[in-house]
Amino acid sequence: MTLYPSVLGLIGNTPLVDISSLSPNPSARLFLKLEGQNPGGSVKDRVALSLIEQAERDGRLVPGKPDQILMEPSSGNTGIGLALVCRVKGYHLKVVMPTNVSIERRQLLELWGAEIIESPGSEGSNGAVRMAQRLAGENPQWVFLYQYGNPANPKAHYEGTGPEILHDCPGVTHFVAGLGTSGTLLGVGRFLREKLGDAVKIWAVEPPSGEVVDGLRNLDDGYIPPIFEELGGAELLDRKTVVRPRESIEWTRRLTDVGIFAGISTGAAVAGAIKCAASLAPGIEASIVVVSADGGWKYLSTGAWTDDLDEVTERAKSIIYF
Amino acid sequence: MAVEVRLPTVLRNHASGASVVSLDGATIGEVLAKLVAEYPGMSGQVVQDDGSLHKFVNIYLNDDDVRYLDGVNTPVPDGAEISILPAVAGG
Repeated sequence: MTLYPSVLGLIGNTPLVDISSLSPNPSARLFLKLEGQNPGGSVKDRVALSLIEQAERDGRLVPGKPDQILMEPSSGNTGIGLALVCRVKGYHLKVVMPTNVSIERRQLLELWGAEIIESPGSEGSNGAVRMAQRLAGENPQWVFLYQYGNPANPKAHYEGTGPEILHDCPGVTHFVAGLGTSGTLLGVGRFLREKLGDAVKIWAVEPPSGEVVDGLRNLDDGYIPPIFEELGGAELLDRKTVVRPRESIEWTRRLTDVGIFAGISTGAAVAGAIKCAASLAPGIEASIVVVSADGGWKYLSTGAWTDDLDEVTERAKSIIYF
Repeated sequence: MAVEVRLPTVLRNHASGASVVSLDGATIGEVLAKLVAEYPGMSGQVVQDDGSLHKFVNIYLNDDDVRYLDGVNTPVPDGAEISILPAVAGG
C-alpha cells in the first residue's frame, strides 16, 4: 500500500474493467474506466485539480492566502470536484448550478462547504454558464476558472486519463465518452490519436438534453464549449451519437449484471459503446474503452434501479445527469 | 422518402406546438428545406442562408449526428427519424 500525503493524491489512476460479457459482438471487447473511484466520486476530480493547480501556477490563486473566492458554473460533478479540492486547499467556492439536478449533488456540494447559486433549471447548463459569465463580470475579484474555456480541463485527460488508458489497454481501437464540456473527449482523444493515429476511433455520446431544456428562447441560446472549437473537436471526433433517457436507464441497470453501480451518464456512454460494437463488421477484433463518469450513489434518489422503468424514464427527462 | 422530424421545445411554437412533423426528402438538406418552407418561422433557425447547418443546432439521423456523416448531403432512408436538438452543455 502507498501512503498518500493528501486525499488529492488519490485523484486519477482509476481502474479499467473488462465488461465484454455485455458486448453484442463477440469480436468487440468492452472495457469500462471507473472514474467513480476518484475521491470526489467522479471524473471531474481530475479537471478540478488541474484547473486549480494551473491557476496557482499562473498566480491567479495563492496557496495559503485567506479569503480567496472561486466561482464556477456546473451541473454538479465539476462543482463537487472543485468543492473537494477547495476544501482541502482552503479556498471558498461558489457554484452556479441549475435547480434540476439530483438532490445528492446539492448535498455533496454543501458538505464540502461550497455555496450554491441557483440558475433556472429550464435553461439547463447553458443558463448556468450565462449566469456565471455575468457574475464574473460583476465580481472581477472572484477567480473564474471556466471549465468550458480552460485548456487545463482537457489537459487533465491528455496527461492523465489518456496515458492510463493506453497503458492498461495498448490495443484500444475505439474510445467512447459522454460529451459535456468536451474535456474528456478532447484530452483523451488527442492523446490516443497522437499515439495511435487513425487506428483509434473517437465516439462521442450525447444525451438529448436540448429536447427538454425548454428555457431556450431560440437556437442562438445554444452553447458550444470554446475548448471544443479552439482545440478542433469537430475534426477529432469520428462519430457522435445520441442516447435517450430510456436507453441510458436500461444500460445503467444492465451494468449491475457485471457488478458495476454507475451513474446514469455511464448507462448512456455504455449504450453508445454497444452501438459502436454492433456497427463493426463480424470478425473484426476491437477493443472499446468507455468512460464511466461517476458511480451510482448520487442518483439513488431518482429511483433509477428500483422504480418502474417508464416512470424513471419520464423523471430522467427533467433532471440533468451529464 | 417519408421521414418523421422531431422538434425541440424551442422550435415547436413555429409548428403549432407539434413535437413531430412528417416530411419527405432524399437528403437531410432536402428535408430541412421542406421543413422551413412549411414552417417559415424556422427560417434562419435550423439552416443558414448558404444551406449549411446553424452553428447551435445538431441534426441526428436516427441516432447519428449528421455532421459526422455527410452533413446536409447525408442520404435519408425511408422511414428514418430525424431529430433536431439545440447544442447544450454539460459538466
